[in-house]
Amino acid sequence: MSQLVAQSIVSGLLLGGVYGLVALGLALSFGVLHVLNVAHGELLMLGGYLAFFAFTNWGLDPFVSLPLVFIVMFGFGVLLYLCLFRFVTRTETHTRIKNSLLVSFGLALVLQALAVRFFTADERTISTAYSSEALTVWSIRIPVVRLAGLVVAVVAALALEWILSRTRFGKALRATSEDWTRAALTGIDVRRVYLIAFAVSAALAATAGSMVSLGYSVSPGIGLGWTLKALIVVVLAGLGSMRGIVVAGVALGLVESLASVWIGGQYREVTALVLFLIVLSFRPLGFFGRARA
Amino acid sequence: MPRAAGALLGLLVLAAAIAAGLTVGNQHVLTLTIQIMILAALATSWNILGGFAGQISLGHSAFFGLGALITRELWLGGQAFPVAVAAAVGVTALAAVVVGVPMLRFRDIYFAIGTLALGVAVYITAGNLWPGISSLPAEVLRSYDFTGPYFFALGVLVAAILVSVWLERSKLGLGMMTVREDEEAAKATGVDVFAHKLAAFVISAAVATLAGSAFAYFSVSHYPNFAFSVIWTFEAVLVVFIGGIGTLVGPLLGSIFFILGRDLMPTDVDEFQVVFFGLLFIVVVLLFPGGLSQAAGRLLGRAGERSTATDRPTAARGRS
Repeated sequence: MSQLVAQSIVSGLLLGGVYGLVALGLALSFGVLHVLNVAHGELLMLGGYLAFFAFTNWGLDPFVSLPLVFIVMFGFGVLLYLCLFRFVTRTETHTRIKNSLLVSFGLALVLQALAVRFFTADERTISTAYSSEALTVWSIRIPVVRLAGLVVAVVAALALEWILSRTRFGKALRATSEDWTRAALTGIDVRRVYLIAFAVSAALAATAGSMVSLGYSVSPGIGLGWTLKALIVVVLAGLGSMRGIVVAGVALGLVESLASVWIGGQYREVTALVLFLIVLSFRPLGFFGRARA
Repeated sequence: MPRAAGALLGLLVLAAAIAAGLTVGNQHVLTLTIQIMILAALATSWNILGGFAGQISLGHSAFFGLGALITRELWLGGQAFPVAVAAAVGVTALAAVVVGVPMLRFRDIYFAIGTLALGVAVYITAGNLWPGISSLPAEVLRSYDFTGPYFFALGVLVAAILVSVWLERSKLGLGMMTVREDEEAAKATGVDVFAHKLAAFVISAAVATLAGSAFAYFSVSHYPNFAFSVIWTFEAVLVVFIGGIGTLVGPLLGSIFFILGRDLMPTDVDEFQVVFFGLLFIVVVLLFPGGLSQAAGRLLGRAGERSTATDRPTAARGRS
């Protein structure tokens, strides 16, 4: 029994890392642009398919194709911003969030339908030569392809934190996120900041997608589920700390796996959702969030 | 007298719908009409909360599903259908109060995320508790025809629209719209913001329950959790925006457009319709926030009404 619990805890931690990675991108678009992109999960799905087809058609290892996926989806993010979200960010914050929710909801429907059309509804998983390999610690199996998800999440969070705190662009990003009108007055090109932040957000979703199609599986309908996970993680962590987001993601994965051991597999998500609602009631700014003026 | 004209037009449409229900034998036409009426009733209920009170809920399917589930279980369990419907409305209204009190403390986006989480949690739980398919028993099926479901769905839709008409004119409904426009200003003018949100939430849930009952009466067989699926929320939101949010006719126009459009589109590529409606939805949100009802209003010459409405304050200013 304790063996089973330990194994589920490890699986939960590893899955939680991917939750954190998906949430990083969402936190970026929500925190900087003040838009809520509910098509974030669909961007993850597209990234997962890119990695899958790069592997099956060109034999590219998912870690080799990772930069490629990042760049392609960065470009797709630029396109989405220029065609859709640019118009949303012209309105004031209050209507901005509502409109972005609605626009991205339409986008999610379109992307999902197109994925069914072109990629079929089948579940896909990248199966590499090392897919079945695992580290064994105290007889607990740690699949390497899933461990990779957690590692990528931590690396991405640290890189983002470094950019945000140490670079000039990061400063511009933080200033824009705090108050875009005043940021514009100090000479920051707010639209450029928005464009890059959104594109990086899309690219991060796709990075997570690569890891999902390597360690888990992708299909056209997975978007909403992942968006919901990312939303939960962002709300739990609050905006302000990238490391906090990965921690919250891991915590969510842990809670889910413990729930599936103690309450039953079919209630793992329900338990996480109910816990989320309770936390939201008592800590509306999240565990790592800072109050905003 | 544009109000009277609107009422007259409504009565004409209603008379046509009743006549159609009595005379049309074409099963396809009846099925489509029932689908339109159920979706329009659901969309109208969402519009009360989202359009009038300005609270974007993404968990609306929970109430539709609860209505369908309770009505169906009691009805097939041997209760009279009206009793089953009344029980469903009572239980959901109570559930809406219990859930609404904590949920409505969340503002804006947190309300949308919270209700989405709730809707998904209820959907999964319903699937776990009622895994088996729910089919009408043979003796009901033998006498099944579309007349009953048709007129019940029509009644539900009329009730939903009448509730909206009442809200649009009552102090309660005006209070909701004040909350939608500016919560601080609403507070300052003495409107109890929370009470108005809760009232909108409960009324909206009760009407969604009725739509769910209509679905329970109409459907020959379905998995109980299907009625809880987020698809119902999404379709309601979609048609409300396409039709025109915050208006009386918007949800109905949007539903007609959506169901007929879906029926007329090529069936060999199912995904095409979703792409079409998804893109249309984006275009409407970004470019035509008034939706179809605004466009239709212009075509039907309601522009005249609009201009008199805006002229009034100018005239008053002229007099003083």
